[in-house]
Amino acid sequence: MNQPEAGKGTLKTYVTGYVLSLGLTLVAYLFAVKQFTSGWTLIYSLATLAIAQLFVQLIFFLHLGSESKPRWNLTALLFAIMVVVIVVFGSLWIMKNLSYNHSVPADQTDQQIIHDEGLQPSKY
Amino acid sequence: MSHISTARQAELHAADAKTVFGFWVYLMTDCVLFASLFATFVVLRNNTFGGPAGNELFSLSFVLTETLVLLTSSFTAGLGMLAARRHDRRQVLLWFGITMLLGLFFLTMEVTEFHKLAVEGNSWRRSGFLSAFFTLVGTHGLHITCGLIWMITMLIKTSRHQITSRTIKQFTMLSLFWHFLDIIWIFIFTIVYLIGVAT
Repeated sequence: MNQPEAGKGTLKTYVTGYVLSLGLTLVAYLFAVKQFTSGWTLIYSLATLAIAQLFVQLIFFLHLGSESKPRWNLTALLFAIMVVVIVVFGSLWIMKNLSYNHSVPADQTDQQIIHDEGLQPSKY
Repeated sequence: MSHISTARQAELHAADAKTVFGFWVYLMTDCVLFASLFATFVVLRNNTFGGPAGNELFSLSFVLTETLVLLTSSFTAGLGMLAARRHDRRQVLLWFGITMLLGLFFLTMEVTEFHKLAVEGNSWRRSGFLSAFFTLVGTHGLHITCGLIWMITMLIKTSRHQITSRTIKQFTMLSLFWHFLDIIWIFIFTIVYLIGVAT
């Protein structure tokens, strides 16, 4: 008889993960369809639900929490998450600045930035 | 297995663990590929060039069905994995067979959606938003296709041969791949579809 090994999952972990994932998916769907909130609140709510589901699947389907030391799988994952965050948020940050600098005709850019940033122009 | 010494078994086990870890590192680099596609999509999502935006194109109930199908296939892959560890060939064929059919159903839905968009004149050539959409979702679909081909070869192999520790190692990597694609889809579902339609 094979002993269940640590980090390999059991019927219970798969069922728990499946039920939790189903719940989170349906809640996210209802949030989007019923529009309980809107704008950035809705985006943050949906993002939170997605990240919650990421953790559920990492723990119950990929059994990341029960890995034995040294936790190389977790280390690789954390590094990947760091790269992902830099790539995604870095791109958004740069592109937002880029479009900000190009959102008005070039000869009016200075006036626009002075207006948006609430600066006190001394030379005008 | 009794003729193999315990020391030799431990050696084999360590070698398998290394292979699976290598596959895990591949999955992490795949995360970076998808991150760049997600970043591209989010940057371009308002660049519709006068064409339709997400809320005019996507049906959330259709996408919810796709999500539930893929999620269920991830669960059945897990059950198949448990069966593989019990060396239960019939159960492996059953659960991975169901996973394969659900995956095929998911892929058919995705191709149907792509076809509908293209026929209505909203292909990747329509706008920056649609280019980014087709690249991101299409790359996921391509991964699913590869996963299905891999799954079919494993099913044929299991139907013909006994389950060895080598087979279990291969099923472990296949199910890691499949769970990983499910996680990527959760973010496509949220970012492309839910946020794209609701805001």
